[in-house]
Parts: sequence; C-alpha cells; structure tokens
Amino acid sequence: MIRNPVKKEFRGRRNYTLLKTGLVLFLCSTTLISLMVGRFDVPPYDVINAIFSGFIPSPDLSPTVRSVIVDVRLPRVIAVILVGAALSVAGAAFQGLFRNPLVSPDILGVSAGAGFGAALALLLTENIFITQTFAFLFGIIAVGLAYMISRVYRVSTTLTLVLAGIVVAALFQALTSLVKYVADPLNKLPAIVFWLMGSFNHISNSDLMVAGPLLLGGMFILYLVRWRINVLSMGEEDARALGVDIRQQKAIIIISATLISAAAVSICGIVGWIGLVIPHVGRILVGPDHKLLIPIAALVGATYLLIVDTVARTVTVTEIPIGIITALVGAPVFAYLLRKTQTGWK
Amino acid sequence: MTNPLIISDLSFRYHAKDETTIFSGINLSLAKGEIFCLIGPNGTGKSTLIKCIAGLLTAESGSVHIDGEELKTLSPARSARIVGYVPQSHTPSFPFPVRDVVVMGRSPHLGPLSSPSDSDMMIAEESMKTVGVSHLADRPCTDISGGEYQLVLIARALTQQPRILLLDEPTSHLDLGNQMKILRTIRKLSEQGLSILMATHFPDHAFLISGQVGMMMNKGLSRTGSAESIINEGIMREAYDAEVCIMTIPGDNGRKICIPMLSAGDNQEYAHTIMN
Repeated sequence: MIRNPVKKEFRGRRNYTLLKTGLVLFLCSTTLISLMVGRFDVPPYDVINAIFSGFIPSPDLSPTVRSVIVDVRLPRVIAVILVGAALSVAGAAFQGLFRNPLVSPDILGVSAGAGFGAALALLLTENIFITQTFAFLFGIIAVGLAYMISRVYRVSTTLTLVLAGIVVAALFQALTSLVKYVADPLNKLPAIVFWLMGSFNHISNSDLMVAGPLLLGGMFILYLVRWRINVLSMGEEDARALGVDIRQQKAIIIISATLISAAAVSICGIVGWIGLVIPHVGRILVGPDHKLLIPIAALVGATYLLIVDTVARTVTVTEIPIGIITALVGAPVFAYLLRKTQTGWK
Repeated sequence: MTNPLIISDLSFRYHAKDETTIFSGINLSLAKGEIFCLIGPNGTGKSTLIKCIAGLLTAESGSVHIDGEELKTLSPARSARIVGYVPQSHTPSFPFPVRDVVVMGRSPHLGPLSSPSDSDMMIAEESMKTVGVSHLADRPCTDISGGEYQLVLIARALTQQPRILLLDEPTSHLDLGNQMKILRTIRKLSEQGLSILMATHFPDHAFLISGQVGMMMNKGLSRTGSAESIINEGIMREAYDAEVCIMTIPGDNGRKICIPMLSAGDNQEYAHTIMN
C-alpha cells in the first residue's frame, strides 16, 4: 500500500532532476553563446580563457578581448540571468500568494513607482547612481503606500491589497507622465523614454555589486518558503487553520518580491511580462507545486531573458530596448499558454 | 483531566462599533471522544462559532480553552496542532494532487522554512487510509467530486494530528451515500478519541451519530443536551418556524427520525396514518 506511492514519488523526482539538469545545461550553453556574439565575435576558447584569466594567467589572450568579455559582456550576462530568474521566481510566488494567474511581480505598484523615481532623477540630474537609487526607493515607497492604503479598510484582505496596488500604480504613472510633459524634449525626454523601455545596455560591475545581492537574497528567501506558498495558495482561511502565521508569511513574500522587482527595475528599467509568463511555462513543465516550480521558473526565466537580451543587442546595429521584445514575445505566448493550460486554473 | 475544549461566555460581533452581536454568552464543553452537533437556522452564527474556535476569527469577549490553554495565547501553529478545521467545501485554485493537499496538514508541525519529509508523507498516507481516499492520492484535487474533496479536507485535518476536529457543514451538497460515508468516518474518529464539533442542517444526522446537540438561535446557544431531548416538535417549531414530526423507528435501538411537514394539519394526519 505504502510502497507504491513512494516508488511513484521517486520516479517523479528522477524526471524532475533530469529536467533541471537539462535546463541548467541549456542555460550554460546559452551563456557561452551570448558571451561569444556581439559587435565582434570571440571564439569559445577565448571566452573561457578570459573568464578564468583572473585565476589562470593566459598570456596569448589579447587585452581587448579580455576587457570585452570581463568588463562588458560578463556583467551584462550575469545581470540578465539574475533579473530573469528573480522576476520569474517573484512572479511565481505572487501568483501563488494572490491565487491569480494574471498577477505579475509589479501588481503592487513597484514598477510604476520605480519608473517615476527614475524619471524624476533623470529630469533633475544626469547621474546614473542617483537614478538607480531613486528608482529603487520609489519602487519600495509605492508598495509601502499600497500596503498602507489597504490597511485603511477594516477588512484587509489580499484583494484590497491588489486593488490598492492598482491605485498606487495609476497614481505613479500619472506622475511619470507629468515628469515627461515638463521634461526638455530634446535631451531629457528621450533619456526618460529609453530608460522606461528597459535595457541592460549600461550594466557595470558596480551595478551588480549592489543589485546582485538583493536579487539573489530575494530569490533565496522565496526558495526557502516555497512549500509554504503551496499552503498559502489554498486560501488565507485554510492556511490560517493549518497553523500558518498569515501576516508574517505574506510580509516575507511581499518584501522579497518587492526587493527583487525594485532592484531589477533600478538596473535595467522596466522589463515586463517575464514575471507573468514564465511561471505559467514552469507550471506546464512541473505542475503547480511551488516546491518544484520555483527552481524551474528561475532557470527558464534566466534562459529566456538571456536569449531575448542577446537578440536585442545583436540583430540590429543599434540596440532594441528589451522591454519591447519581452512584450512582443510575451503577449502572444501568454495568450497561447492560457489556452493550453486551462486545466491549470479553476 | 480537563476537557479538550472548554468555551466560556463567548460572544462575537464583526465590528466593534456595530450594534448587532452575532452571538453572546456561549458556554460549551467537549469531552474526549465526544461528538457535538450544532444545529440551528441559517445566519445564527454556527460557522462563526466554529471559526472562533479554529482561531480564524477573534471573539469579542469570553474565552476558548483548548487542551487546557487559552486559545488567544497560542501561536497559529500551536493551536493548529490541537484543533483541526474542515471548512465548507470550496473549489481549490491550483490542481495539486490530493496527496499534496493532504500533506499540507503537516504544516503546523514543520518550521516555516521546511518541507514535508517522508515520515510526514507516511502520516498523510495514513489519514487518507482512515478516511478512505487513498485511491485518489495522485488525482488533481480540482478533478474529484465535491464529496471526495470534502473527505480529502477531513484527511488533511487528520494529518494535523489534532485532538479536536471542527467540521463546518461537512455534508452539505453531498448525496446520501457520501453523507453516510462522512458520518461513518466522524463516528470512527470519535471512537479513536477525537473530540468532534460539527455544524449541520440535518437533525437526523444528530440522531444517527447520537451525540450531544446544541441549538443555536436567538443569538446564543439556547439549548444543549442529547439529540432526543433537543430535537422535538416544539423546539424545532420555535427555531425553524417549521412543523416536524419526530418518530421512533421500529428496531435500530429505538433511533428517532425527524420528518418535516408542510403544515400542522399534515402532522396530525401523518402521525395518524403511521399509528394505524
């Protein structure tokens, strides 16, 4: 009686390990290809030499190639991988927490807030560091505001929080429009518009030093609570009856996802659709269990965004803003997935 | 030894400023292995009372002691290790396999960062066997019938290994066979020492499992006692404004049944035909 299900469980686990290994290998090869291609191509052997040149000296490697790989392409590729993975994980966690397939990590207004912060900073200064800080802080402020508005109502349900998030997002979008309206149309306005469309163009190692730990930390916390998200996704009342401290768990998930989104927006602008679409792809692959879904969403999200970013910077002479491609690809894919996975949501 | 569940002078209203109390002055005590049926018209607060005991709602005044400890002072995890709650059936939003739903009952026993282990899985398998849903283990919980899902939720509550089981109308929306399956399960669990409190709309279910009965009406638990003493024509008329006829079934240890009537006249007539 007992042996049979355990065996089945084991078979499931082995398939899962196989899938995970496959995705890791795919991500690694995509990374290598992404490092090779660009304005001038670098052969794979030199790419690997350049990456390890800090540890193993390789005298026959030209300093230009080394600089292109280590200072330009590598930080960008790492940032893309981290942002793609973290946004997907945050999206999967939010869709479980809010029990809704249409939820993305910026449902509580983080992107709108961060967008306004960046636009304001670009209007006032030209300093990239101030822009990033403003984006990050206003992203956090927007979610805090949404939380405070939802607390005004005596019944603070998840739905009130989502509605408050929509209100706050609308408010900050209007403020962003105001900033654009008063911005100098010759130099300030284009900068704001490009920033809002999202790009990994100007990622440096120092950006990674700040945003990297936030993205990794947020993902790590969501990874730790991944089974609890299952329990929360049964509904708040059920979860409370099952002994979950709802307020605490909700706070942990919302804070982690908000840190992820704010950090992502602050280094690469608004890259939409990842956090919405990738969790659905993950559910097709491994089912609704967040214990399996969170790692898979991270791998798929990282690979997908890396492919998109590589395309964005290589197909044309000037770079295409990545937010445009993720939306162009994401919207139809999402429509297709919703049709295909109707059994996934009731 | 103290009773697993002691409720004293409990009252509840949804908002402190509201005039209307849902109920007040509820006193109730449940011994080990005892079954208590809450009956009463719609909107008298049966579900609310159950939610107060489960810790889902906070009572305005009075106290709930579970296992000798004041409910308010216990963490959600502590109280969920003593009280298992089976909600009114609702559709789950994710197609988790039944096994995964049942093992969620282990969450009060696990730290916030841990996932169920193989031994937790074993406990879940055991509860599925007790309730009789082992054959559904791999089916998505969105694919099974309402009655089966209700049984799955009972199995999930058992996986918490509680001392008190609360059931909110466990038999509503179910066909006769599934109703009896659930009542049989409830009786079996009480024989194993679980104290059970359930809300029900069927007076006959109280007769069937012959436990204690409480009638909720007039914003309180107005009467408690054995099923035979509570469910009679007078009290049912007062509570539901409906005519019933209580009869004793020949054989079956003199179990009574409650037959609804359309009017008082029917009642006399029907009793008359039965007598002859």
